[in-house]
Amino acid sequence: MGWRLIRIYTILVYMFMFLPIAVVVLLSFNANQFGSFPMTGLSTHWFEVLWENDAIMRAFRTSIVLGLMTAVISTVLGVLASLALVRYKVPGRNLITTMLIAPILVPEVVLAVALLLFLNFLDIGKSFTLLLLGHVIFTLPFVILVVQARLVSIKRDVEEAALSLGASPRQTFFAITLPLLMPAVAAGGLFAFTISFDDITGTLFWKPGGIETVPTQIFSMLRNSISPEINALGTVMIVLTVGLPLIGAAIARTLATRSGG
Amino acid sequence: MSIEQREARQPWILLTPALTAIVLLLIVPLMFIIVYSFWLKSAAGADTPGFFLDNWQEALTDPFYRDILLNTLKIAAVTTVACALLGYPAAYFIARSKGNRLVLLVLLMLPFWISYIIRTMSWINILGVSGALNSAMIWIGVIDEPIQMLYNETTVILGLVHFLLPFMVLNIFVSLEGIDTNLEDAANSLGATRWQGFLQVTLPLSLPGLAAGGLLCFVLAAGTYITPVILGGPRDAMFANLVYEAIIRQLNWPLGSALSLMLLVVLGVLVLIYNRYLGMAQLAKGLG
Repeated sequence: MGWRLIRIYTILVYMFMFLPIAVVVLLSFNANQFGSFPMTGLSTHWFEVLWENDAIMRAFRTSIVLGLMTAVISTVLGVLASLALVRYKVPGRNLITTMLIAPILVPEVVLAVALLLFLNFLDIGKSFTLLLLGHVIFTLPFVILVVQARLVSIKRDVEEAALSLGASPRQTFFAITLPLLMPAVAAGGLFAFTISFDDITGTLFWKPGGIETVPTQIFSMLRNSISPEINALGTVMIVLTVGLPLIGAAIARTLATRSGG
Repeated sequence: MSIEQREARQPWILLTPALTAIVLLLIVPLMFIIVYSFWLKSAAGADTPGFFLDNWQEALTDPFYRDILLNTLKIAAVTTVACALLGYPAAYFIARSKGNRLVLLVLLMLPFWISYIIRTMSWINILGVSGALNSAMIWIGVIDEPIQMLYNETTVILGLVHFLLPFMVLNIFVSLEGIDTNLEDAANSLGATRWQGFLQVTLPLSLPGLAAGGLLCFVLAAGTYITPVILGGPRDAMFANLVYEAIIRQLNWPLGSALSLMLLVVLGVLVLIYNRYLGMAQLAKGLG
């Protein structure tokens, strides 16, 4: 009896999490000219409107470029740091770990203010550079946590075997370690990209006038009222941020089975 | 250089880029705003460097700031409790279910991949004047005119719970997952009812996960800027909104620095207390 109750409770909790999102997707296909209930039919009209909206398309390009650059920088920094923490005995590792995940512990507004004021002091005002640096520091801890979790599962034996068979450390790294690292690198990069793509609080503090990312664009559109266009944009973003990683994971799995891993 | 020395140097070479970034982009900027909070805003031109207590006096004694800080902490507390009440049974179900466990876990991860602002604004579709709930109630005939359910403190809390619940469930799940189910069976075989077994064995053992989830929910809720703007009314500003007002709208950077530091100190004390008793490892486990 108790178990059934918990099951129903859990189903309700999941409905609470997903129903509003499902409604966004549903309404984006709404034929009703105001984009609200009652739905009068299905149409892709709002996606066409979206496609022709230059401001949104510009925001998309900005978000993608920013996300990719953030992902590359954060992943390089994060993978190197994780290698050090997982593979070596580092004195003071607790302090170092706390420092590296500190950006998560500091409220994002405070981080945003501190970075804005300090870099402005150094004559780097609101700009794409500030935005990029902010996104890097904000995503770095997440990359480190994800990559560390993956690294722990990679055994050192293979590397030691290569070394004992006469490979140089450099050869070992490129022939053995790096390929084994790739899933961790990919996971870290994907995570950084998604967080950067989704970030809004810091971005509002750092972005120069005239530059919008997708979230800040939605934010400024919401000031007026909710339009069906925003629902369509929401649907596109859900497909991008949920669909792409799932496809990526599927491809990675296929490749892994093909190479006999 | 000997091999040992090289071995000892290598981790530091690997750590240098990340640590440099953290120091230059987080730690030094935080120290910089401590200094900046003692400067004075000038009517025109650059702010005046110096050691003035004016901003701190304003931030700490003005009842306007104090009330909003207290209200922010109250909203964060209510949100955290709501997340725990909603999240614990769900986490327990996922941890103890056999068949659909993987599906439930993947679904639990999904919200992390869906844009925060989309999830927040999705409630406008549900509760707005022309939203699903109003339309349904008019259709059934409960009401004739749509009612405005949005833009109050309750909807701000609703939006925060919706955003933070996955963090809570995940953290509780991680700690429940680490508990040997034999312990509960042992309690039962020794005569405890299932409920007693849960209360006296499982629940205490899962408290670290509950605490980690609670800390995350509280800190993220108390620092939130977007949710009150989208789902709250004009009088539902939270502390982060004050910071935004001071920094971006009024360009009063010294006062904005002081306000930011106030928020940091209040939440930092919580993190330190947590770290003292439970350590950061639990938090890292839940996030990884």
